[in-house]
Amino acid sequence: MVTQVTSFGRSGLYDWMIQRVSAIVLSLYTIFMVGFLLLNPDLTYDQWSTLHEATWMRVFSLMVLLSIGMHSWIGLWSISTDYIKATGARFFFQSLCGITMFVYIVWGIQVLWGL
Amino acid sequence: MVYKIVNKKRPVNLDILTISMPATAVVSILHRVTGIILFVGLAFLFYIFDLSLASQQGFDQVANTLQTSFLAKFIIWGVVSALMYHFVAGVKHLFMDMGYFEELDSGRKAAIANIAIAAVLVVLAGVWIW
Repeated sequence: MVTQVTSFGRSGLYDWMIQRVSAIVLSLYTIFMVGFLLLNPDLTYDQWSTLHEATWMRVFSLMVLLSIGMHSWIGLWSISTDYIKATGARFFFQSLCGITMFVYIVWGIQVLWGL
Repeated sequence: MVYKIVNKKRPVNLDILTISMPATAVVSILHRVTGIILFVGLAFLFYIFDLSLASQQGFDQVANTLQTSFLAKFIIWGVVSALMYHFVAGVKHLFMDMGYFEELDSGRKAAIANIAIAAVLVVLAGVWIW
């Protein structure tokens, strides 16, 4: 029974599942981006901004932003609970990670919807 | 009431300096290390993503910097390498979830294959960037 209140899904099974679903989203985005950049070696600003203005691409990128938040929280939570034994230091580390993730998500949304 | 004795819920012997590191352990710890590198490296990716979409000038600046600056190439290569490794190790993890590579022999071979595939991708990423 997991009683750690800082785990993302409040249960190891949820975290396990979320980690895998987000991993699949992130890997599909990685394959797509690498493929897109390899197929467009002479990429122009117009092509690049047109791609990111498309609704489907914004939805895909937003899914990736949220996946990054969840995936990195679960990963860094696992690492910090393994290696940082002192509660205060661990709480500080996890807080820093949480703030950084929040900044990444807001920053990403701003870039995507600021086009 | 055996469970009352077991009040520690997580493993305690995790001082990695005292544990011998076979290939499977190296693969596992690198998965964690590359995860941390990616989390930090995201700041760089978000920065160039923001700049490249902000305007034509920003896009040109990103394209130009990535083609001329050694430091920028080195950073993007580092981040892409971490991503390639993390990706391969993640795929291996999904196979292990499905019950493959769980025996000592197959697990060790999968770990070595993981390192080999990631190494090839890291080199290819370097060739692509330079």
